[in-house]
Amino acid sequence: MDGFGWDIILQSLPKLLEGLWVTAQLVLVSGLFGLLLALPLGIARSSPRPWVRALPFGYIFFFRGTPLLVQLFLIYYGLAQFEAIRQGPLWYLLREPYVCALLTFSLHTAAYIAEILRGALQAVPPGEVEAARAIGMGRWLTLRRVLLPRAAQIGLPAYGNEVILMVKGSALASTITLLDLTGMARTLIAGNYRAVEMFLAAGVLYLIFNWVLQRLFRLAERAMNRHLREPPRLVQQPVPRVPSGLDPPL
Amino acid sequence: MPDFQGFENQLLAGTWMTLRLAFATLPLGIALGLMGAAARLSRLKVLRGLGTAYVEVFRGLPELLVVLTIYFGASVVLMGLAKRLFDYDGYIELSPFIAGTLALALTFGAYATEVFRGAFQAIPKGQAEAALALGMSRGQVFRRVTLPQTWRLALPGLGNLFLIMMKDTALVSVIGLEELMRKTQFAVGQTKEPFTFYLSAALIYLTLTVVAMALLHLMERRANRGLLPRRAG
Repeated sequence: MDGFGWDIILQSLPKLLEGLWVTAQLVLVSGLFGLLLALPLGIARSSPRPWVRALPFGYIFFFRGTPLLVQLFLIYYGLAQFEAIRQGPLWYLLREPYVCALLTFSLHTAAYIAEILRGALQAVPPGEVEAARAIGMGRWLTLRRVLLPRAAQIGLPAYGNEVILMVKGSALASTITLLDLTGMARTLIAGNYRAVEMFLAAGVLYLIFNWVLQRLFRLAERAMNRHLREPPRLVQQPVPRVPSGLDPPL
Repeated sequence: MPDFQGFENQLLAGTWMTLRLAFATLPLGIALGLMGAAARLSRLKVLRGLGTAYVEVFRGLPELLVVLTIYFGASVVLMGLAKRLFDYDGYIELSPFIAGTLALALTFGAYATEVFRGAFQAIPKGQAEAALALGMSRGQVFRRVTLPQTWRLALPGLGNLFLIMMKDTALVSVIGLEELMRKTQFAVGQTKEPFTFYLSAALIYLTLTVVAMALLHLMERRANRGLLPRRAG
């Protein structure tokens, strides 16, 4: 080994950025689908009826209690065990590692987001719901206009954390041959044998990406909570003292 | 019960290795977390900076990348050092078990740093002041007053981290450690029944999680036995 290969990092940067773009796609798409799937799950999970709660409970329990890697392999390799799926109309999608990764990550993150949503729904002050009902809103209208918007506000920071956890989890896509940031680094290493340089460069890109995401979520939080910020106070001008004999003597 | 075609013992051996890995990581991760928290709460600015950097870096990196970097990176670095210091040209490699333990502990430690920091800060200042006033040294105050209470306050957070880390042990299969995931892959290769075996692995992990949750619940009850329940029910 002859020193640290800065030039090699520079050479591989375009490829690594390509990988980062795949990582970003995986995270953004699964973050969105996960959220859509989490809505019914989270709402059902916070239902007062036990038989409505049971199914989302089982779903969340499975996806939070098993490693993401197992879930990924279960879908990517596991589904092929069934003749019906291999002959089925969706096989051309389900044999693609990209589709399998998106599917797994969406199902996985949905379980976590559903729990966040449940917590947020339960944190909405009951008085607000009662007020909505009192002015004649129905169950759906209350959900749409009061509960969900308030829960979104309460749950946003936790959702941001979950998206960042998903960035880290998306590295597993490299185990099913996808060229995300980690996969790209591993492929480059197979060619140039520079494990330290490539992994460090990938790590720095992950840190930057996560930092940017964190910033964006903080901006979104500020925008959502702007009505809670104190209004700018009028700065009280110091009254100029008249330098005269009017001041009472000390 | 599905037909495991003679791979039951392999799966059990894998589960045992997974548990060994998790319990080897735990003490190291807790030690790193305590050190990290001590650094972040230090009066020295340099130490605070180091602690913050450690937490920010290892919470932002994918666990898989940390595992890969330690496993492949350590070998490159060690070989470079061996060449320079001892003129040794052979191939050096960390065992997957050691590399996996180190990598998981580094991530665990970064999150545990924040758990411990929160716990230390949650202990009322007056207690340390009272102990100091009684003539204990700062070390004694830490050992006798702060640390025992930290356990109770940090336990729920640490328990969560342990559950997460136990699932992350699956990542070490990528560098060839023959834990549950790796053994399952072997079984799949032989039997061509990926769904059966990956689902079985998932259920084993789920069982481990449930058992760990139950144990943690008991430990929390025990750690809080000195406190009155806040409210009935």
